[in-house]
Amino acid sequence: MSAQASQRARSAIFARLRDADAPVPHAVPDVQGYYDGLPATPGDDATRFAERARGWQAEVIETTPEGWPAALAALVSERRLRRVLAGRDTAIADTLAAVLPSMDLHWYDESLETFKPTLFNEVDAGITTTLGGIAETGSLILWPDVREPRTLSLVPPLHIAILRASTLQPTLHAAMHAQGWAAAMPTNVLLVTGPSKTADIQRLLVYGAHGPKQLVILLVRDEAMP
Amino acid sequence: MSAVRPVADPLAFKDNARIVVADPVLRRSFRGAMDFLTDKRAAQFPDVAGFNRLRALGESIRQYALANLPQLLGQLEERLAERGVHVHWAENAEDANRLFLEIAQRHDAKLMVKGKSMVSEEIELNHRMAEHGIDCVETDMGEYILQLDHDRPSHIIMPAIHKTKEDVARIFAEHIPGAGYTEDVNELIAIGRRALRDKFATAKIGVSGVNFLVAETGSIVLVENEGNGRLSTTVPDVHIAITGIEKVIAKLEHVAPLFTLLTRSATGQAVTTYLNVISGPRREGEKDGPREQHLILLDNGRTQAYREERFRATLQCIRCGACMNHCPVYARVGGLSYGTTYPGPIGAIISPHLMNLESTRDLPTASSLCGACGEVCPVGIPIPDLLMRLREAARHDEPVAQQRKALKGQGGARRMLEVAAWKGWRLVYANSRIYRLVTWLATRCRRLLPGRQAGWTGTRVALRPAPRSLRERLAQRRPTPIPMDDTSKPAA
Ligand code: SF4
Repeated sequence: MSAQASQRARSAIFARLRDADAPVPHAVPDVQGYYDGLPATPGDDATRFAERARGWQAEVIETTPEGWPAALAALVSERRLRRVLAGRDTAIADTLAAVLPSMDLHWYDESLETFKPTLFNEVDAGITTTLGGIAETGSLILWPDVREPRTLSLVPPLHIAILRASTLQPTLHAAMHAQGWAAAMPTNVLLVTGPSKTADIQRLLVYGAHGPKQLVILLVRDEAMP
Repeated sequence: MSAVRPVADPLAFKDNARIVVADPVLRRSFRGAMDFLTDKRAAQFPDVAGFNRLRALGESIRQYALANLPQLLGQLEERLAERGVHVHWAENAEDANRLFLEIAQRHDAKLMVKGKSMVSEEIELNHRMAEHGIDCVETDMGEYILQLDHDRPSHIIMPAIHKTKEDVARIFAEHIPGAGYTEDVNELIAIGRRALRDKFATAKIGVSGVNFLVAETGSIVLVENEGNGRLSTTVPDVHIAITGIEKVIAKLEHVAPLFTLLTRSATGQAVTTYLNVISGPRREGEKDGPREQHLILLDNGRTQAYREERFRATLQCIRCGACMNHCPVYARVGGLSYGTTYPGPIGAIISPHLMNLESTRDLPTASSLCGACGEVCPVGIPIPDLLMRLREAARHDEPVAQQRKALKGQGGARRMLEVAAWKGWRLVYANSRIYRLVTWLATRCRRLLPGRQAGWTGTRVALRPAPRSLRERLAQRRPTPIPMDDTSKPAA
């Protein structure tokens, strides 16, 4: 019955749209042309990314391809993170298992329905990979999948992200094209810039609204040096 | 805020405005917030040429989308269906609420968590669901505060700007068990976070609005800072998104410039914390995400704005709120005075289509036509022109020149006295004998005009004709040459 009503509404809406003044034909917007015309930005992407991300209250730890596991282990022990959650079978999973105390490291194995109480109440931090980052704004590109659920970077109070500098893109537009987003959209793609925040009370900025209160980015400087 | 609140009725606009203008606390809140937002926006667009280039692109993307609206809606529907999203169509608020109710009843849901959505305000979702015993909880901090206080949003981006932290402290202490009274903003946000966490974890249905719909990929794009939008669209079993049919854009790459324009224009930020691109419910093997996803596409008068080229640009809007931040009228009368879901200049140009021109007839006049709104609009909507067209339509029962069909409530501001006055004016000015007679009478009887003139003398001095008409004065003066020290001569 609701399907019928919806179909009726659909027909009525389309009939009204067709009855409208014929649209003035419009050229396809030249998005690429706009970005090509922007002045070149000085400096390298990694430096710019780190600066911008810090501007959004993300903590950026610059490290090396060899050094990041130790840096992560140090972070976990310094902050006394008792329950750290990560996705199994990711590119970083083996390294995590090797450097983090097995007592502290837990895998996101269950589906959310049964995992909810633990996830909402007991997890101290979620560790995720990233598909890349955006230098212009200091944003992470997250590409959740069967291994790394969406809530891994959302519900725990601390989100730790591993970002390889070689995957940085200058702009969101460049990232969409270089990484071929449109051809293979997953159920969820995210840009994350800093910890969650709000200025809803008297315009006063507060970090830690509903999402993570803190964001730590391990920026792995693996890019080819010029 | 004073005890008398503006009422949710655009016909009460003038009375509402009087209440707000007389309230110094409220005025300070708005003034402060508007100055803050306009400064932050200005810092994001340091050079005018750069802004104009980006705006031209944004305008072209939105115009391209509207020029192809039927095809894009068809394409969107197809892509979403392929991804397993249920697409529903609603002609009006009643249709949309029925859809919500049916989905809720099918899942036996008693609790919905809702991310910020102006369209859900437009259909008054919370109230309609409450009538059926379904609790629809706002999770955006600002909206949550308002819901607890039974108040309405006064701004489309910062809904609770009319509340001070003392207000929030009182509201939380009163309504959240165990909250206690604190004016510490960090503490207040922590209280809100705790109170809502439980709701996220237990609600069966999550509701959200939409910032952009991408036809190419069948994606729902949400822009936010708090993370409540992500939680509402990820944790509950069912996700229902609702938006207007005009939100669709053709390509995924169109999101990039529009996102930049939106965040910079809205809050003066280069980016928000989250850009959330959702393309379908949980897939095989995934451990979270909703199992069922719905999109409700609402008309509710948008096709009327679409019908004629001269009103169509209204639908280019990306709801950034910049026009209200820069509006001298909005900054003084505040968002609640308008009595509509969308206040300020955008509200004045869209509400007549969503409601009707009769009940919203005062809104297009709530502008000094200074042009600030049109100047800052990131998608180039000629807001002052649209205001003028609506004013014209409100004063004529029949479609005016270049208008094909009457709008709902066309001629809603037409008053017989005003019509008669203009007829009289024409009569007098078209005939020199009558004109002279009338001016002679007016100048001779000027003292008979009352000191109080309805509508005019409330804020101005009384109108009184000069003792002699210009024509008479010139006739008297003609024999003598104009003395050199005459003050009426133009300055050198
Ligand atoms: S009309 Fe323009 S300035 Fe106003 S909210 Fe819409 S997009 Fe923003």
